[in-house]
Amino acid sequence: MSALTGHPRPREARGVLPWLAAPALVLFVGFAVIPLFGVFALSFTTWDGIGAIRPSGLTSWRKVLTNPGLPHALWVTFLVMAVSWAVQTPLSILLGTFLAGRQRYRAVLGVVYFIPLMLSSAAIAIAYKALLDPNFGLGAGLKIHALSQDWLGRPGLAFGVVVFVVSWQFIPFHSLIYQGGVQQIPKSLYEAAQLDGAGRIRQFFSITLPQLKYTIITSSTLMVVGSLTFFDLIFVLTEGGPGDATRVLALDMYKRGFQASLMGPASAIAVILVLLGLSLALLLRRLGGRDAGASQLEGV
Amino acid sequence: MALSRRTLLGLAAGVPVSAALAACGSSGPGKSGGATYWYLNGQPQEGVRASAVAAFNKAHPKEQIKDTTYQNDAYKTKIKTAIGAGRAPTVIWGWGGGTLRTYVEAGQVEDLTPWFEEHSEIKKGLFPSSFGAATVDGKIYAMPCETVQPIILYYNRKVFEQVGVKPPQSWDDIMALVPRFNAKGIAPFALGGQSRWTNMMWLEFLFDRIGGSEVFQAIAEGEKNAWSNPAAITALTKVQELVKARGFVKGFSSITADSNADQALLYTGRAAMMLHGAWSYGIQQADGKDFVSSGGLGYMTFPPVEGGKGDPSDTVGNPAQYLSISSKAGAEQKKTAKDFFATGVLQDAEVQKWIDNGSVPIRLGTEKLLAASKSADFLKFTYDIASKAKVFAQSWDQALSPTAAETLLDNIVKLFQLSVSPQQFADNLNAVTAK
Repeated sequence: MSALTGHPRPREARGVLPWLAAPALVLFVGFAVIPLFGVFALSFTTWDGIGAIRPSGLTSWRKVLTNPGLPHALWVTFLVMAVSWAVQTPLSILLGTFLAGRQRYRAVLGVVYFIPLMLSSAAIAIAYKALLDPNFGLGAGLKIHALSQDWLGRPGLAFGVVVFVVSWQFIPFHSLIYQGGVQQIPKSLYEAAQLDGAGRIRQFFSITLPQLKYTIITSSTLMVVGSLTFFDLIFVLTEGGPGDATRVLALDMYKRGFQASLMGPASAIAVILVLLGLSLALLLRRLGGRDAGASQLEGV
Repeated sequence: MALSRRTLLGLAAGVPVSAALAACGSSGPGKSGGATYWYLNGQPQEGVRASAVAAFNKAHPKEQIKDTTYQNDAYKTKIKTAIGAGRAPTVIWGWGGGTLRTYVEAGQVEDLTPWFEEHSEIKKGLFPSSFGAATVDGKIYAMPCETVQPIILYYNRKVFEQVGVKPPQSWDDIMALVPRFNAKGIAPFALGGQSRWTNMMWLEFLFDRIGGSEVFQAIAEGEKNAWSNPAAITALTKVQELVKARGFVKGFSSITADSNADQALLYTGRAAMMLHGAWSYGIQQADGKDFVSSGGLGYMTFPPVEGGKGDPSDTVGNPAQYLSISSKAGAEQKKTAKDFFATGVLQDAEVQKWIDNGSVPIRLGTEKLLAASKSADFLKFTYDIASKAKVFAQSWDQALSPTAAETLLDNIVKLFQLSVSPQQFADNLNAVTAK
C-alpha cells in the first residue's frame, strides 16, 4: 500500500513511504494472508474442529459443490448484495448531495443521520428483533395492526427486513462519502450551468452525477464486497432463517464449520467467498475504465 | 478519487482483520494457576451454579475455580471451538451423549472411570439413569450433576378456565383444542421455533407415542432408512397437521428460547400450552410474578396418540447435566476439578437451591426435601416421571453426533415451515444418520 498509482511523487518521499506501510503489512500478513493459506489448506482435509486433521483430497470440495445448499446460499448472498446496493446507492447519493450544502441545519441533520453508524451490528440486530417481535414488539405494543406482521418468520418479509436494516445501518456511511465527493466538485461548473439556464435537476444529472463517477465506484465496491461479509447482523436477527431464507454464504460457512463440525467444507466455502470478493472488486475497478486515475476535470 | 488496486484489497481485507482482532478478545485459560469452569447463564440456574463455585472457593483457599458464563445457544459452538483450539476450560459443562463422544474420540477429556472406582460412594449417591449419557464405550467420561429435566406439557389453567375446556388426554384432544383457543385469539401452543431444539421436542414425543422408543433407538444406532419407518412418517405428518391448523403461536419461527419469549407467552396468557423442559418451571416462577404461586401453571405428561404403540410413561429430555475434565489441563487444575467434583458438586446447599427453584437434583435420597418444598407437587411430578419412566430417552440433538444433529435441526425447521414433506425429511436424514 505504498504510492498511489499514476501520481509522480517527490523523490525524497520514496525512501520513507514503504516503511510507513510496515505496521499495516505485518497485521495484514498475520491476520489475513496466513489464515487465508491455512483455510485453503484446510479445505482439502476432513476435520471436526476437535480431533485430528486428516487430509482427504477433494472430498470437502465435492461435498460443498454437490450440496444444494450452496447455490441457494449464493443466490441469497447475491440478492442481498444487489437489492441492498440498489436501495442504498440512490438514497446515499441524494442524502450526500443534500448534506453537501453549506446551510447550518444541514450540518445538524448530518450528525443525526450519522447515528446508526456508531452502533454495533449486534446491538442493531437485537433492537430490531425486539421491535419486530410478533407478540411483544412495536406492532403489538402500540396495537398497530399493519406493524404486527410476522416480520422475521416469513421468508419474503425476513429478507426484506434484512435489506432494510442493512441499508439503515450503512446509508449514513455512504452518504458521508458522497457528501465529500460532491463538495469536491468545483463551484465554477455549477455557475457555468446556471448561466446556461440549467435548473437544479438538470445540474444534478449533468454535473453532480457524472462528477461522482469514481465516488460511486468506491462506494459500490465497499457495499458489494462488504455485503459478502454480512454475518453478525443476520446471525442475530434471523440466524439465517426462517428455514434458510436469509442464509447467506458467510452464515452457511459458520453453520457448517462451527455448528455441524465440518471444518473442511466450511473452509471450501471460505475460499469461494474470498475468490468471489476479489473478483467482484476487480470487476468494479474495470467498470471504472482503464485509467481510474484520469481527471474528470479536463478543460476546467 | 484515485484508488489503487492494493488499497482496495486492503479495504476488503480490513473487515476480516478487525473481526479477527475482536475474536481474540477473550483470553483462553492457561495450564497453570486455578482451574476454570464454563457454564450456562440465565436465572435461576446460573445463580445456583455460581454459588456452588463460590462455596467451594471459600472452603478451599488454595484451590480456586474461576467461572465464566455463556448463553445456551452460543455456548454450544463456543465450547467446541475452545476444545478444538486446545483452550478448553478445566471443567467442561455439557449434555453428555453424542457431543461427549466426539470429545472422547479426539482424546480431549479425561477418563473418570478410575476416579469413580476410587470414589464409589459418589457414584452410588446419584441417579443410576444419569450415567448412561456420561458413558462412552463402557468408560465414564463425565460426572453427572445438577438436575433431571424431562420434557413436560405445561398449560395455563386460567386460560383453560376462561375458554371452558379441559387439558388434553390424547392427540385428538389436542387437535380439537386448537380451534377453540384460536377462536378466542389465544395461541394454542407457545413455541420458540428459531432455537430449533424446541420444535424437536415435539417430534421426540410423537415418535415415541406412535412407534415406541425403538424408532429413535434404531436411528441412533445408525440403522439404514430408520427415518422412513411408517411410525416416523406418521409422526412427521401429524406435526405438520398441527402447524397447518395454526397450533403454534404466530411468528413462532422467529422466536428464540434464549430470550424466554415463549415462556412469557404462556404466563401472560397469550398462549394456552407449551411443551418445554422441566427447567421452565423455575423460569415461570421467577418471571411470571404470581403465576405459579397462584396456581396458574398446570403441567402434565405428553398425552398418548390414538392407536400408538409407545408407553405413555416414556419420556425424553436431559437425564442430567455433565461435567468433564479437559485432558489438556495441568495436573494441579485436574486435581482442583476432581476435588470440586467430590466436595463441591451437589452438596446440601446446592441441592436445596435446586429444589427451591422447582427442579429435582439427581442426588438420591432427597424425597423428604422435595416433599417439604413449596413446589412439592411439581417436584413429586418430575421425580415420578424420572424414576418411573420405562424409557428416559436423551434429547436427540445431544444423542446424535454434532454433524447429524445439525442436519436434523435444519430439517426440523423446514418441516415446521412446511417447506419439506415428511418423506423428503426422512430422505434427507437417512442420508446422514445411517452408518
